[in-house]
Parts: sequence; structure tokens; C-alpha cells
Amino acid sequence: MTEAVIIGVGLHPFGRFPGKPALDMGADAVRLALADAGVGWPRIQGGYIGSYEVANPDAIVGRLGLTGIPLRGVFNGCATAGTAVALAARAIETGEHDLTIAIGLDKHPRGAFAADPSVAGIPSWYGQTGMFLTTHFFGMKINRYMHDHGISHETLARVASKNFHNAARNDKAWRRTPLSVEEILASPVLNHPLRQFMYCGPNEGAAAVVLCRADQAHKYTSTPVRVRATALRSRKLGAFEVQSPSFPVGEPVESPTVDASRAAYELAGIGPEDVDVAQLQDTDAGSEIIHMAENGLCKDGEQERLIAEGVTGIGGRLPVNTDGGLLGNGEPIGASGLRQIHEIVLQLRRTAGARQIAGTPRVGYTHLYGAPGVSAVTILST
Amino acid sequence: MTTTREPVAQGLFTWPPTGSAPLRLIASECADCGLLSFPAATDCVRCASTASKERLLADRGTLWTYTTQGFRPPSPPYDGPEAFEPYAVGYVELPGELLVEARLTGSGPERLRIGQEMRLTCVPYTVRDDGTEVVTFAFAPVEEETS
Repeated sequence: MTEAVIIGVGLHPFGRFPGKPALDMGADAVRLALADAGVGWPRIQGGYIGSYEVANPDAIVGRLGLTGIPLRGVFNGCATAGTAVALAARAIETGEHDLTIAIGLDKHPRGAFAADPSVAGIPSWYGQTGMFLTTHFFGMKINRYMHDHGISHETLARVASKNFHNAARNDKAWRRTPLSVEEILASPVLNHPLRQFMYCGPNEGAAAVVLCRADQAHKYTSTPVRVRATALRSRKLGAFEVQSPSFPVGEPVESPTVDASRAAYELAGIGPEDVDVAQLQDTDAGSEIIHMAENGLCKDGEQERLIAEGVTGIGGRLPVNTDGGLLGNGEPIGASGLRQIHEIVLQLRRTAGARQIAGTPRVGYTHLYGAPGVSAVTILST
Repeated sequence: MTTTREPVAQGLFTWPPTGSAPLRLIASECADCGLLSFPAATDCVRCASTASKERLLADRGTLWTYTTQGFRPPSPPYDGPEAFEPYAVGYVELPGELLVEARLTGSGPERLRIGQEMRLTCVPYTVRDDGTEVVTFAFAPVEEETS
């Protein structure tokens, strides 16, 4: 099978852009990615585009060029962008196309996501009585995890502080004010034990990634980034997942993150010990901690020591969310996973500027998790 | 004046609770594989059967995890009072049955701890314009009732 490689990445800043439509942010990201790849839009043979708020994100061709290519809309909750890049890579691997693009864009209103529970197959009473909040799940999951594995409130704050400090080095990040552990621990509790500065917020932004056949990469770039694996898994019966009014009693069932991660490592022939830099879904500080273990990057409970020692900082052995993650960048759902890939590509090319990790990183890892229990992993390498 | 109380939804819990039919959550049991579902569901997520029968769940269990709600949820879908009062939610493990997500009585985390015994109750979570109290199910720490 032909291998897919990334030859161009483009990122519209994440934040608030009053008056600027999501499609315009997406078009900007695409132009940046095309320029980075050194190809014009008419060369692109097919693409996958994800958005939560834009009903027809494929309308972006009205800003880029009506070339008649298949451009498929995708949506998979917070795993949307992982899905878009997986399908763009698959189209190359199967020989359907030689040059593809994955695009993500979104423009969310302020505040927590609001929707009718029926969109998730849940009765109305669940929303009416104040249960239909994803933030409850994150609060309850890390509360149980802290109880079982001895994680402290200080560790939650250290993760958030790290990500805000990383974002301060990223001119495309949204939250660029560094916050100390003390400042984070002094912010109001939203969902015990999670505080205001331990949560990411929905916002606006766009990203795009251009891929081509590995055997043609030399025509475009001297630093292609290989797509070693993409994997997506949904929840299994018995797993503790977001927006579950109940789940069966019994032996613990692992999260779809564990399933997607294992599948990706196996496909790539790469193990967690080989990962040089990772981007993990940090919807909240607790999620980053749990996801370190669920992605095989440490054992349950080891996070307490690793984070205290700065292992996941930019200067550490296993840097996590070097661009500030979701905490620093916010979450335009359709674009979030492509932002992760953008950062990994910069790190592997060693062009990440003030937040460049040391040495010669060879393997990068990205992970998404979202409702109603879906996880996407990509493994990239030089 | 008598206050009228209504359940937030039919078929969610027994209503009105009486001495001979106390408050219980209404689940379904798959007729083919026995899987319990709450709220009651016609489709089984284990074997895809569409045949099920009603089953009342235990009214006692242990607190598996919890959190608090410190801001008014987006409305709709939330239809609690405009003057927001924080509340707590958690999963209660009903032994051999299900882990059920529910409102917990009270609002602070101080009186809650993982593993503590909990008992089913109901709380009026909002009041309609005509004065009707709308009731939903909740769990309360057992030790508070006995202390």
C-alpha cells in the first residue's frame, strides 16, 4: 500500500474573530497549507472537511476554486479533525488520489456547548434537570481517577499552568497569559475538582493539512512527515463515557482512547516508548493526566511524579501539548485535531521557534476524545 | 394552598410514591440477554433485541464518583430556576444492576465521598409559573438521614 505523507500545514489563529465567517478562516488556513506545500488548489484531487457549526463546510470551494473535486464533509464530535486527516490519508494509501487535503473550521458561540439531548439519543429530562453537560463527565472522571491513583489538586493546576505557559510562546494561541499554579488553584470551582482555569473553552479557528503519496513527496518538500497510523474507535458497552445516564456494573471496560491508541501503535510498528512529542486532548487538566496513561505514555498514577518533575514540559523527556493544547488554544471542534497535527509537523521539522523541543524528534503523537465516546489517534514520524 | 408536584418525565421513576409502591427507578431488562437499561430502552445495546420488560432498580447503592455544578447550565435544555442554585451530580452503583447518573441532594463536595452509602429520593428541581413543583430523582447520603 502507498504511504501518505504530510507536505503542508496551515493554521488560522484560534480565538475570537468578530465578523469573520468560519469559511473565511478555513480558506485562510487552506491557503497557508497550500503555500507551505508549494501546490496550487487546482492540483488537489480530493479532500475531507469537518465542522460542527457550518452545515455545509464544503461550500469553502466557493472561496478556493470550483474545480469539481470530491470534497466530503465529516463530523465525529471532538474527533472530527482526526477523522478528516485519516480519510485524506486513506484516499492516498488506497490509490484513489495522489494529493489530498484535510480541512477543519469552526466558530462556536461563547460558553459551554448547548444542545437538545435528543441529538445524542438521550431523553429531554436529562437536559431539563441539568445533567446534559460534558463538563460533568470530566469532573467525575478525574475525581474518581484522583481517588484511585493518588493524583493531587496541585497536579491538575500544574498541567494547566504548563499549557498556558506553552501557549504564551505561540502567537496563534488564544490564551497567551501565563498563569501560576497558585493563580489556577485560586480560580472558582466549576465542577469539583475542576476550576475555571482548568477548562478549555469553545472558540473559533481553522486548520488544514496537505498530503501526498510518499514516492512523490520529493517534488514538494525535503521534510515530509510520514503518516504512520491513524485509528478511530467508538465506546464499548461498560465503558464510562461522556453523556451516559447509566452504564453496566462489572469489570472496568477501557475507554475508546485505549483501543484507538493500541490499534495505532500496532499499525505504526511504533511503541509509546518511541514517542518524542505528544498532543493529547486536554478538554480539562484532568483529561490530559488521564490521557497520558490511556495512550500508553505512562502507568496510572505515575503522572503525579512525572508532572512534578516537569517531564511533560517543553524541556522534558515527553513534552505534551507544546502549543498550549486545548487549554491554551480553545476548541473549535472541526479544527482542533488538525491544530495538533500542525504543531507536531512543526516540531518534527524543528521549526517550532520559541517552543521547539530539544534534540531531533522523530515520532509525534496526536489524540482526540469527544462525545459520545469516540477517540482518534494519529502517529506521525520523520 | 396545596402544592402540586409532577415528575419531570413519565416512566422514569414510580410516581407518586406510596407505602406499598415506594420510589424506585424504572429500568428495562432485555428479554433475550438480560441486560438492564436506564432509562428504560426498547433496543438492547448488547444483543440488539427489541424485546424487553420493565424492571424496578434497587433504591440503595454506593457513590462511585461525583462532581458539583457551579454555573447555570445553558438554557434550554436546562429549565431550572433563573436564580441558580449549585447542585451536585454523581454515579451511584446499584449492586449487580447499573451505575446510574443522578442529581445528589445538597451542593457542596465536603459531605460526599466515594464509596459512601446512598439512598434514592426525589427533589423538586424547578417550579412552573402555575406553582407546580417539578420533581426529579436524586440520591442522598444515608448517613445524613441516620445521624
